[in-house]
Amino acid sequence: MRKVMRGAFVIGRRDFSATVLSKTFLFFLFGPVFPLLFGIAFGGIVSGTVGQRDKTIVAVIAPEAEFVRLQAARERLAGAIDNERVLGLVRYAPEPDLAAQQQRLLTSGETQFRAVLTGLPDHPRLAGNIQPEGNTAKQLRLLLANAASGNAAEPQLEVTHIDERPGGTPRDQARTGQIAQTALFFFTLLLSTMLLSQLVEEKSNKIIEVVAAAVPIESLFIGKLFAMLAASLLGLIVWTACGAAVVASWTGLAALPPPATGWPTFLGLASVYFAMNYLLLGAVFLTIGAQAATVREVQTLSMPVTFGQMLVFGFAAAAVTAPGSGLALSAEVFPLSSPLAMVARAAQSPGIWPHVAAIAWQVLWVALILRLGARLFRKTVLKSGPTRRWMGLRRA
Amino acid sequence: MLRQAQHERFQGDSAVEAIDLVKDFGATRAVDGVSLSVPSGSIYGLLGPNGAGKTTTLRMLLGIIDPSSGTRRILGRTKPIDAAEEVGYLPEERGLYPAMHARDAIAFMGALRGLPLKEARRRAELMLTEHDLGDWAKKPIRTLSKGMAQTVQLLGSIIHKPQLIVLDEPFSGLDAINQARLEELIRREAQNGATIIFSTHVIAHAERLCERIAIVAKGKVAFEGRVDDARARLRPIVRLRTRASDGPWRSAIPSDARLEGDHLIFELPESGPEPLLRALLDGDAGIEALAIERPGLHDAFVAIAGESAAAAMGEEKPQ
Repeated sequence: MRKVMRGAFVIGRRDFSATVLSKTFLFFLFGPVFPLLFGIAFGGIVSGTVGQRDKTIVAVIAPEAEFVRLQAARERLAGAIDNERVLGLVRYAPEPDLAAQQQRLLTSGETQFRAVLTGLPDHPRLAGNIQPEGNTAKQLRLLLANAASGNAAEPQLEVTHIDERPGGTPRDQARTGQIAQTALFFFTLLLSTMLLSQLVEEKSNKIIEVVAAAVPIESLFIGKLFAMLAASLLGLIVWTACGAAVVASWTGLAALPPPATGWPTFLGLASVYFAMNYLLLGAVFLTIGAQAATVREVQTLSMPVTFGQMLVFGFAAAAVTAPGSGLALSAEVFPLSSPLAMVARAAQSPGIWPHVAAIAWQVLWVALILRLGARLFRKTVLKSGPTRRWMGLRRA
Repeated sequence: MLRQAQHERFQGDSAVEAIDLVKDFGATRAVDGVSLSVPSGSIYGLLGPNGAGKTTTLRMLLGIIDPSSGTRRILGRTKPIDAAEEVGYLPEERGLYPAMHARDAIAFMGALRGLPLKEARRRAELMLTEHDLGDWAKKPIRTLSKGMAQTVQLLGSIIHKPQLIVLDEPFSGLDAINQARLEELIRREAQNGATIIFSTHVIAHAERLCERIAIVAKGKVAFEGRVDDARARLRPIVRLRTRASDGPWRSAIPSDARLEGDHLIFELPESGPEPLLRALLDGDAGIEALAIERPGLHDAFVAIAGESAAAAMGEEKPQ
């Protein structure tokens, strides 16, 4: 193993230097601008789906009669405009400890309430992750005014902003997951196609003989994979810094929806999952690319490989809309979609141990794919090994 | 010193041993039961025409490919990769990264074989200076001539002072001056204790350099042993020019003698040179010129590998 890693380091160091110190690396740094625009647009479509699923629902702690009046007002408003655009109401009977009840409803994982309304009819109070002049508060004021028919004075709604859970609302967290997933996908999409052509250089320059005689083929694969990971991380640092500057100057970093695990943990996990996503897809593409003899063959392979990546992304993106479902679990377990699905999970769910298990699972698969790739390379490209005979028989 | 110590470990042993190596590429058998033994510290030639299986044999010995069957032992190790840090290799198809500087290319090959990069760079600069390429140390490979690039690759294959140096067609593409330099380098490395195996289809190089050879034809070893033993398979050749075209002396000349210009060419009879000389003198042959030549390796090769193999070998003339 020491020999494999030493060889990988020598190859990785050369590849990293050759990549980063070349003039074309500047173009590489500008590369994400265009697909990122596409990613934002595509992310918007999916987040629209997420938004539709997460219609704002307010828990109402009130006597039955008060709730019926409010619900009737809601129905009238829904009849006048689109039902989907009017917030939903769910009644709960008041309990002795109202504060505890309110807290429990806000943090409930089963029903995802944006806010809790109490104090009906005279002193309505709305508490939750909402803004005093936001859409939810405005709609409730309208409903309360409508429900209090006969009263000339519009009831004063007291709004209290609360961060109910560390990561904000499920909708916000899903959006954070989507953004992280899209970013990971596009960064990997940009970089993995580079790995397709990595071994073509060695093969066309005939250096492969020198390398194959000096170090195990696994070293070549690992070295190339990690060199490109290091180069891409360098690019990622530049892109992230630029992206953060743009976001900060546009809306302010605080406006970004907070993930369930909290920002420091989430960013740490996102970095790890980027590396794992890159290593997993990179190992697959390195293996596929190693079979190509010419640049033309690599170019031909690029399209199906990109489509494959799109499929994996679509699979992982679908999991965001159904956290905890069988689909989400499948996306988290399937090695190639696991990093994308898990980064979304980091945004939506606070647990850390599933990430430890997922990362170990992904590392195992990187090792397996690299091993397989190296064997395949020896067998098909270097034409190494004994000739296999089916069932030990050979025609005379 | 290290190399000397390591060399002593294998003293008396074979640096390389191959037993019944077979390599099939699909239905084609490229190497068919090659067995050879390369003594430590020797210069060993692998002779054969193009397509004889020399490169495939070397690639199996180096572990680049695994044999379909058979065993190999390199510097005492059954897995060639375990000996990789003590082996240098110049492949037949030369290859370097075109954008890499000459010094860095050599250092990279050294680092692959376990040298620390700093030390590899120091040695690379020294070696380039020794080979009159000091001014090219920090120039990209793509700016070097073919001969220079070949020298760079050769230096890269010996930078780590390997115990075993494997050179596949090392003289191919070199001009006469560089061929002579390479021969000198091979001799020097052997004097320093390295074992050298090189393949060639130019017999003159093998004849000048090798103590032992293997003649490979059609994937099989047709001969393996000392160069002198290969030559000893043939009788010395007599080249004779006489004033008289006929006479009693003709009875001493073998019936299969052939005429090349005004010379008679024939194998020295088993009875040796004295009876022949006596017969020529007594028979009034009128000797104008007489030469008894030891057969060359080329002649031995023809006898061992056959005319067709020799014809294939003869495409490139030695410089």
